[in-house]
Amino acid sequence: MAEPLLKIEGLTRRFDVSKPWLNRVIERDEKQFLTANADVSFEIAKGETFALVGESGSGKSTIAKMVVGLLPPSAGTITFAGQTIDTAAGIPRSLRRRFQMIFQDPFASLNPRWRVGEIIAEPIRTFGLMNPTDARKEAARLLEVVGLSANDVTKFPHEFSGGQRQRIAIARALSSKPEFIVCDEPTSALDVSVQAQILNLMRDLQDEFGLTYLLISHDLSVVRHMSTRIGVLYLGRLVEIAQAKKLFTEPQHPYTRMLLDAVPDLALSGRRRRAVEGEIPNPISPPPGCAFHPRCPLVHDRCKREVPLPRPTPIGQAACHALDAVATA
Amino acid sequence: MADPLLSVRDLVVEFPTRRGTLRALDRVSFDIMPGEVLGMVGESGAGKSITGAAIIGLIEPPGRIAAGEIRLKGERIDNLRPEALRKIRGKRIGMVFQDPLTSLNPLYTVAQQLIETIRTHIDCSEAEARKRAVALLDRVGIPAAARRIDDYPHHFSGGMRQRVVIALALCAEPELVIADEPTTALDVSVQSQIIEVLKDICAERGAAVMLITHDMGVIAETADRVAVLYAGRVAEIGPVREVITEALHPYTRGLMGSIPTLTQESDRLVQIPGAMPRLNAIPQGCAFNPRCERAFAPCFTERPELLALDGGRRVACWLHDTAKASEVPHG
Repeated sequence: MAEPLLKIEGLTRRFDVSKPWLNRVIERDEKQFLTANADVSFEIAKGETFALVGESGSGKSTIAKMVVGLLPPSAGTITFAGQTIDTAAGIPRSLRRRFQMIFQDPFASLNPRWRVGEIIAEPIRTFGLMNPTDARKEAARLLEVVGLSANDVTKFPHEFSGGQRQRIAIARALSSKPEFIVCDEPTSALDVSVQAQILNLMRDLQDEFGLTYLLISHDLSVVRHMSTRIGVLYLGRLVEIAQAKKLFTEPQHPYTRMLLDAVPDLALSGRRRRAVEGEIPNPISPPPGCAFHPRCPLVHDRCKREVPLPRPTPIGQAACHALDAVATA
Repeated sequence: MADPLLSVRDLVVEFPTRRGTLRALDRVSFDIMPGEVLGMVGESGAGKSITGAAIIGLIEPPGRIAAGEIRLKGERIDNLRPEALRKIRGKRIGMVFQDPLTSLNPLYTVAQQLIETIRTHIDCSEAEARKRAVALLDRVGIPAAARRIDDYPHHFSGGMRQRVVIALALCAEPELVIADEPTTALDVSVQSQIIEVLKDICAERGAAVMLITHDMGVIAETADRVAVLYAGRVAEIGPVREVITEALHPYTRGLMGSIPTLTQESDRLVQIPGAMPRLNAIPQGCAFNPRCERAFAPCFTERPELLALDGGRRVACWLHDTAKASEVPHG
């Protein structure tokens, strides 16, 4: 594989969720930490769409925030285009222009007091890419690129529907001419027919501008439709990474299999959905060893003691002791 | 054919606003048979939840039922007085809402809420009601139900709370359960558990279900028949399998094509141009005509009525009206 555009190694993020100091002293409590992500490593090649899926609380959005620099990681490194980012110092401006983010809620991510033209031109102004006249023209052009009218620059966000707002958010993300866009649940707030429009638009833009996406979603069918490779998260750890289409036909990790079994499908294949056992545990006190072991059908003693390390599989990699046993047997 | 359990005829719900009256539902008609699961799908603003709220008499004023009738086992329930309605609500029609956190009272234990509901509708002692409540919690899959019944709602996770809400909806043994987006707030792995519980327990007790959701996958696996709403009107009703695989209405067809599936190979999703019209700007004729590829002359002037076709299917589209369709220039 060529030099990856984004490389993430051992990314960990802990949140301090302790009680206030006085309560801790009186009640003799230890500090408490919530581990949102533990030891997450993956690479994204140029031009590909890498997706992260997982249930609520599995740490999908925390990874997105760390990648774009909205949250400093507790440990681990992020390398973008061969340049390691010093997370303590923040992301240097020269790199910052090259990645952008699209958020989930298009009602919260656009400033209601700004005109659409100003919203789209803000990154251009911030990075000093053009003079104000050109920036205005560029905003109008970008609106047409995303399927709106150039005359919309003078309107306010409240004049648009959810799908149209998400198009505006995409136009804003494109305005600094980024190479890499982090999309955090870009269509979860939209209706299916509008979702189809936005997903098609994202694909067209990827072909046109050679973009690389990190797509975060809980919707497995959206992920399958959009991505080249998929990473599956469980309680902050990557349990499996695989090529998108293969993940759905030959899932390796027991959690991936369980997740796929649970998805309702339009295909009416007649398969009886196997109801998943149990729920995602509390991330403040995750089970020891493999975090999935209390729900896993293949559990054995070793899973309760040791955290499994990622191992190569025919379709990517997976972290599971049961797979090791098969490989060594 | 048996008599329908619930029959809705030409239901119109209006909301008077400063800028004129908005019609949230415009002559909606459908039936639910005893023991049947009817799915109700549509995009935001299509009128799914309003239909549910109208049936159970929970339309918030100034909204009102302006015309039409709702019959439960032949008896009209849309014009009842509040006291009479309260006897039906909960007792004969149960309701499961989307957000399990807001549909439980945080200040009362689960036991108190269940026992209160059971004793309101069924004449029995406190101890008897408690026994029923425990059995019900056990049935909806709450582990150690006898102990957990005395917990408060915040002690339960989202999926467990929704199980409690289902128990609450079913505790008076209703004939019909209206489930409004019961799994939308939940993760997929929990969603499948909840749908399973809802489906099994209703089948066990012979309760019919009206399942309101925007998730076609859930409908495909749960419902017997499905009604597709668009801009406050029924576009199509029919058995689930037929509606999904060979939709009659161009809107339904576009909707099905726009959903990514786990097996398809195509690179692009079907795209319906535009968006659903606002309620104050519904076009004349068929509400879908500005977005429809196959619209022809009558679509712009006359509203199509629901036509009954073979196999229990109904569709509101001029393309399926033999008299009108002969005018279509291309077959």
